[in-house]
Amino acid sequence: MHRVAGLLRRLGAHVTGMIWRLGFATRFFMLILKHSGTSFRRFHLTVREMYFSGVQSLIIIVVSGLFVGMVLGLQGYDTLVRYGSSEALGVLVALSLVRELGPVVAGLLFASRAGSAITAEIGLMKATEQLDAMEMMAVDPIARVVAPRFWAGVISMPLLAALFSAMGVFGGYLVGVRMIGVDEGSFWSQMEAAVDFEEDVLNGVIKSFVFGVAITWIAVFEGYDAPPTAEGVSGATTRTVVTASLWVLALDFILTALMFRGN
Amino acid sequence: MCCPPICARIRPFNFAPHPVSIGNLVEVDNVTFGYDQRAVLRQINLNVPKGKVVAIMGLSGCGKTTLLRLIGGSVRPQQGEVRVAGKVVNKLPADELYLLRRKMGMLFQFGALFTDMSVFDNVAFQMREHTNLPESVINDLVMMKLDAVGLRGAAHFMPSELSGGMARRVALARSIALDPKLMLYDEPFAGLDPISLGVIGQLIRRLNDSLGATSIIVTHDVAEALQIVDFVYFMSEGVVIARGTPDEIRASEETFVHQFVYGEADGPVAFDYPARDLREDMFAEAQ
Amino acid sequence: MMSRKTLDLWVGVFVAIGFGALLFLALKVANLSSFTGAGLYEITAKFDNIGGLKVRAPVKSSGVVVGRVREIHFDNQTFEAVVTMSVESRFAFPKDTSAKILTSGLLGEQFIGLAAGGDSVNLKNGDALKITQSAVVLENLISQFLYSKAAEGGDKKQQ
Repeated sequence: MHRVAGLLRRLGAHVTGMIWRLGFATRFFMLILKHSGTSFRRFHLTVREMYFSGVQSLIIIVVSGLFVGMVLGLQGYDTLVRYGSSEALGVLVALSLVRELGPVVAGLLFASRAGSAITAEIGLMKATEQLDAMEMMAVDPIARVVAPRFWAGVISMPLLAALFSAMGVFGGYLVGVRMIGVDEGSFWSQMEAAVDFEEDVLNGVIKSFVFGVAITWIAVFEGYDAPPTAEGVSGATTRTVVTASLWVLALDFILTALMFRGN
Repeated sequence: MCCPPICARIRPFNFAPHPVSIGNLVEVDNVTFGYDQRAVLRQINLNVPKGKVVAIMGLSGCGKTTLLRLIGGSVRPQQGEVRVAGKVVNKLPADELYLLRRKMGMLFQFGALFTDMSVFDNVAFQMREHTNLPESVINDLVMMKLDAVGLRGAAHFMPSELSGGMARRVALARSIALDPKLMLYDEPFAGLDPISLGVIGQLIRRLNDSLGATSIIVTHDVAEALQIVDFVYFMSEGVVIARGTPDEIRASEETFVHQFVYGEADGPVAFDYPARDLREDMFAEAQ
Repeated sequence: MMSRKTLDLWVGVFVAIGFGALLFLALKVANLSSFTGAGLYEITAKFDNIGGLKVRAPVKSSGVVVGRVREIHFDNQTFEAVVTMSVESRFAFPKDTSAKILTSGLLGEQFIGLAAGGDSVNLKNGDALKITQSAVVLENLISQFLYSKAAEGGDKKQQ
């Protein structure tokens, strides 16, 4: 009985702790928005961060997109050919990527590569008192350090997701048309007929934008809130990857339910 | 983690009169500060006169760094006032606080240089953020500041390529970039070799006098500090327990001050951490 | 530490290929090119039963997409479904054109097929189609079949 009570108490404390932290994270988000002027007035700060988050993620996104597309081509053909619908391969590959895999997988990759890097960077700056030093020099660290990284992530994510989907379609084309021999004409024409710009491509872009906001918000918050020690920063980095990945999947479900309600 | 319990053994000391001043730049007036249950500073009173170099000494973790943060406005006291140049720091709105900070410079314990910028960019940081000076003027100013600390030739290095002493000197150059009136030093001597110790000490004194500034040094390096400062405050367990000029401190009969200044192993700060009777610990198993 | 120029260059390249990918998706993968704001005009048609017809379903004539279903609503006076379609201006249809609700494939999505009539006057924006054929509803088909089978059986008995 004692142990159950103790367990419940710890659980309650944990949940209240999480809620408190969520509140703090939201207030932090508001602060970022409030201090975003500098990120745009001195756009080169944001551009610099876009290099570190976006450009340096290019290789992993492009290569992964290619491989995912190729696998979709292989697996898709294997299933479709049983129902004599192998010409629908283009449709299968394109819809899977544009609606789901592009935003989600690119989001997961972005969270692990760029998200963890952002958290580590900010956490380390906090641990070595660089953020305090900035404050003492009358420069707001949120405006100068945090906000540019946030906006860089938000801008980069949709571009990376689009690149992932495009590379995936290309990969599916390589495997389906070049390797297996599905008719090239029907591959592209059926795809064009089935994929709608507003319903599929635009929704995919909206998803990747939402993911970008979520991932980068989590990344900068965990970095800013990290305990200023080595263990603190490394714990925060892993927390970013885990939390951001889970939120990407959860938001994907919510957005998919809202967007693709079998209309 | 704070000091071991020694207040019981400290007896109140007859304080030397406040230093004669042309005016105090910093006044800490009856300040109390703490986290949750733990009080870090208890009704502290101290003054820093203009143009002087003042040291605040004491054991690790006894509120010295907190005092600096209170003066800089990073934290607010639960009670009392902190006044800098007549302005009450803890009651200032954000923009006025930032204006005040432009006239302050702070040297952090390990320099806190921005690791993604070169030495030059670090020193130029404040100039680029707060002024509209053209790059040529900034270049000259940065070279002057680096020259003052003797590191003009290291301008192109990255912070990761510097030794500890050099990093701290660059940080010093960075903090005097806008010629501040108040300099705050957080453990500037910690972890330095004897030569760098001497260099930093000399720089602190020289810069203070040439800039016409006021300096507050938080440290527990007795030898170096007593050589360069004008006045010393001794803190323990969140209260000021002694104050005086370096000579007065060296001659002090107050037991804690004596133990601190002469580095005695045992005294008011006991050698033994409180523990059970020896017989209980050693022969317990044998029973 | 890269110079600012190199940084800007790489970020510029990144944004360019990102937008390029988006453009590729929009044009080659999706059907954006077919509807780029070329003039549209609207016509309506009433149906007893629209079956599974949805908004944004294609409007085809002779199998070629000429427009989209813009809106579907229920007329509470005549108890019919009213479908509003947007047709590309370059395709003019005569006033006596008929509309049928067809299914692509056997069980695919439903669309509207327009069969041109012979009238010399063309449809204008806001006109209504007079001749319509509702969607084939599977349950009706089955009950028809069963009924006709039952009637056949009854006939046989009588013989």
